[in-house]
Amino acid sequence: MSKYVPKLSELKKEFDEKPSVLKGDYSAREWWDIPVEFRDGNWCFPGKPEVLADLGFANPRKWMATDDDWQLPAGWQKIISDGLQSRLKKYRSLKLFLDSCVRCGACADKCHFFLGTGDPKNMPVVRAELLRSVYRHDFPLVEKILKGFSGSRKLTEAVIKEWHMYFHQCTECRRCSVFCPFGIDTAEITMMVRELLNLIGVNNNWILAPVSNCNRTGNHLGIEPHTFVQNIMSLAEDVEDLTGVNVEPTFNRKGAEVLFITPSGDVFGDPGVYTMMGYLLLFKHIGLDYTISTYASEGGNFGMFTSNDMMKKLNAKMYHEAKRLGVKWILGGECGHMWRVVHQYMNTMNGPADFLEVPVSPITGTRFTNAAATKMVHIAEFTADLIYHNKLKLDPKRNDHLRTTFHDSCNVARGMGMFEEPRYVLRNVCNSFHEMPEDTIREKTFCCGSGSGLNAEENMENRMRGGFPRANAVKQVKDRHKVDSLVTICAIDRASLPPLMKYWNPGVSVYGLHELVGNALVMQGETKRTTDLRENTMAGFENGGDDEE
Amino acid sequence: MKKVVMPLVMVAILALLPFLGVQYAGLSYLFGVIIPYTATVVLLAGFVFRMVDWLRRPVPFRIPTTCGQEKSLEWIRYDRLESPHRFWEAAARVLFEVFFFRSLFRNTKAELHKDSNLVYGSHKWLWLGGLAFHWSLLIIVLRHSRFFFPMVPGFTDFLEHADGFFDITLPTFYSTDAVVLAAITFLVFRRLNDAKMRLLSLQTDYFPLFLIAAIVVVGVLMRYVVRLNIMPVKDQMLRLVNFSFDAPGEIGALFYVHLFLVSVLAIYFPFSKLMHAGAIFLSPTRNLPNDSREKRHINPWNAAIKFRTYSEYEDDYREKMKKAKLPIEKQ
Repeated sequence: MSKYVPKLSELKKEFDEKPSVLKGDYSAREWWDIPVEFRDGNWCFPGKPEVLADLGFANPRKWMATDDDWQLPAGWQKIISDGLQSRLKKYRSLKLFLDSCVRCGACADKCHFFLGTGDPKNMPVVRAELLRSVYRHDFPLVEKILKGFSGSRKLTEAVIKEWHMYFHQCTECRRCSVFCPFGIDTAEITMMVRELLNLIGVNNNWILAPVSNCNRTGNHLGIEPHTFVQNIMSLAEDVEDLTGVNVEPTFNRKGAEVLFITPSGDVFGDPGVYTMMGYLLLFKHIGLDYTISTYASEGGNFGMFTSNDMMKKLNAKMYHEAKRLGVKWILGGECGHMWRVVHQYMNTMNGPADFLEVPVSPITGTRFTNAAATKMVHIAEFTADLIYHNKLKLDPKRNDHLRTTFHDSCNVARGMGMFEEPRYVLRNVCNSFHEMPEDTIREKTFCCGSGSGLNAEENMENRMRGGFPRANAVKQVKDRHKVDSLVTICAIDRASLPPLMKYWNPGVSVYGLHELVGNALVMQGETKRTTDLRENTMAGFENGGDDEE
Repeated sequence: MKKVVMPLVMVAILALLPFLGVQYAGLSYLFGVIIPYTATVVLLAGFVFRMVDWLRRPVPFRIPTTCGQEKSLEWIRYDRLESPHRFWEAAARVLFEVFFFRSLFRNTKAELHKDSNLVYGSHKWLWLGGLAFHWSLLIIVLRHSRFFFPMVPGFTDFLEHADGFFDITLPTFYSTDAVVLAAITFLVFRRLNDAKMRLLSLQTDYFPLFLIAAIVVVGVLMRYVVRLNIMPVKDQMLRLVNFSFDAPGEIGALFYVHLFLVSVLAIYFPFSKLMHAGAIFLSPTRNLPNDSREKRHINPWNAAIKFRTYSEYEDDYREKMKKAKLPIEKQ
């Protein structure tokens, strides 16, 4: 495992023995007296100067969070306080959420980072107080008369360090907002503070490098057009080797009916590539007239973790490309925050998309009226509709070698409300599916611990702690139902859950939903299948390929 | 425990002021007329100001927190309350929050057990305590309407009868008096008893609890123990309601304590977390339908940004695209 994470036994020992607020220990210290400590494994490397220069971002320099002097720009206090004021004017949510909290504590033990660290500043209410305390400083008169009454404090460099630490220990998953009686959403506050921090050059390379890549090459991984095509073609070849079916994807093709956009992790990363193979098989199976763009080659949007403007800028490519290619509508692959952006922001930011048509499935004729304005359909909705209308030839027995559970991705769950479609698909493509405990799924789902751009290697200890509640829930179905396969519909999950499982639950593998669809699809003219898309032997099909011997 | 003691001392001082003022300095006009009027004006103007201040800020994005299945395919049942699709469904969602604290009802308690196991249990105490507190306060306030009308309105009679169901004392004992005191006691103790709550609570969290507790205690004393003559009290309240600036008659000092603390609460209200009473209606994660893919939500300040267009992209990669046999716009 990574050098940035303690041994499992050490962490477990800490959980068992070290007193913490989570376990009811009150140290009699107020949260504002507890110092911030950057150490190996609990922070992400800052944005490289060349990346910042490329994006035109403030204060490019070489620095580390462990430095004493962060080389903040001259007048940084004013930049922050002006930035906060202007955002308070633009977002009712920010103002309301800063004003209306009563600190009832309902959110306190809902955050995966709090459950994995026991650090009081990871209670969502206190995380928001980190900003609120500075915001309240606008009323210094009250403070002077009643010292300490409203818990306000000055904006100092120590506060900036604290913000950097704790607003990068929030994955914008919105779980706290489910439980808040006023719907206060810490994600809103985290997004704003990260915007503010970017104004003075306090940042995270694991977010900014993909942003810069995506701006230049069209995708987070920085894959240039020829390599992008090569990667998908080699996946298509793998599909052909395994199934004997030529899936023939096309690229940048004008006049296709549908533009398909998925996170670039599905094109490049393991195990995302198997999900991509699943998509390719599905589209071939139904004869979809689609194309993939090398320009709008990213579904995800790390701009969301940077600033509103950057989110809009990166997202704009989707409609721009759809218009250029003259497609009728857009189909989106499995991704979490991508769908938060598409569902709740895209049409507002970059619409109206009146050059597209209301999506209609060419196979079933279903009109996706729920996407009538944005004109973008989620692949799980699309596939569920196909299965419901009996348009897919599926053999769920081909997934009998897997015992699955389903991980709701935070953004798709709490920023979109898609719970049934993926479950419907999953139940139809595999025979063994067990839900995790009910307090850990659906709207109460736990984040993988690495969302919102925290998936950096050097942040591994935080990630393993933040992912602990999710891993713990998987462990329960692993122990009870021998579950060995964690199915997700999120590219970040597919990147971050494998190390999490390796750390907490060795033996559990991570799958994309459409990888399982790809396994189960009975293709026309296929060769006898003995292995799944990962070339693992399928149970009951071992002798399926005798002709090879 | 400075953050608990300080607010307690403040409330004690605030309670002592009118007592001394009326009893020894003859300031009954100040405490009986000037301050109540001022407080009423501050409460109303302040509340309106805060609401308008929130309302004039735009809601740039449609960001409901979806706690249930969205409306998508026709054969999938969607959750009308937790993922509202229409305006009235979202309105119902907000009203369920306002009247029944629906989100608090979901509350769970997480515990880290031996061998690194997380266990979640249902935890409805806060919901119950909060509901008891707010509802009994509302009923008590409504009951007080008997002081503001020359003829006691019908609904007040009804409330008093219902509230006085356990007819065990003279004057009739109101169950809400007991419920609200029990609820306040619970709400204070949970802040002291639980390590998380103790850590996250501020002085501004204890202050209104102590203040309201003091108001209730003084009210209870007046009604059941000191047995204040209420006729001059009612006369005075009627004068206030009729915008009369006449001096109050002979009323016991305890009444001025009660009235002054209520005035303090009214003045404190618009400038504090108590404004959650108005904010709950405005929360964009609760009061918007989850229909942003179906209807375009308008952001009034939608910033113009320059993005990298396809032609700029093709200009950079044309040769590589040609080699990969990708179609291009310009040769």
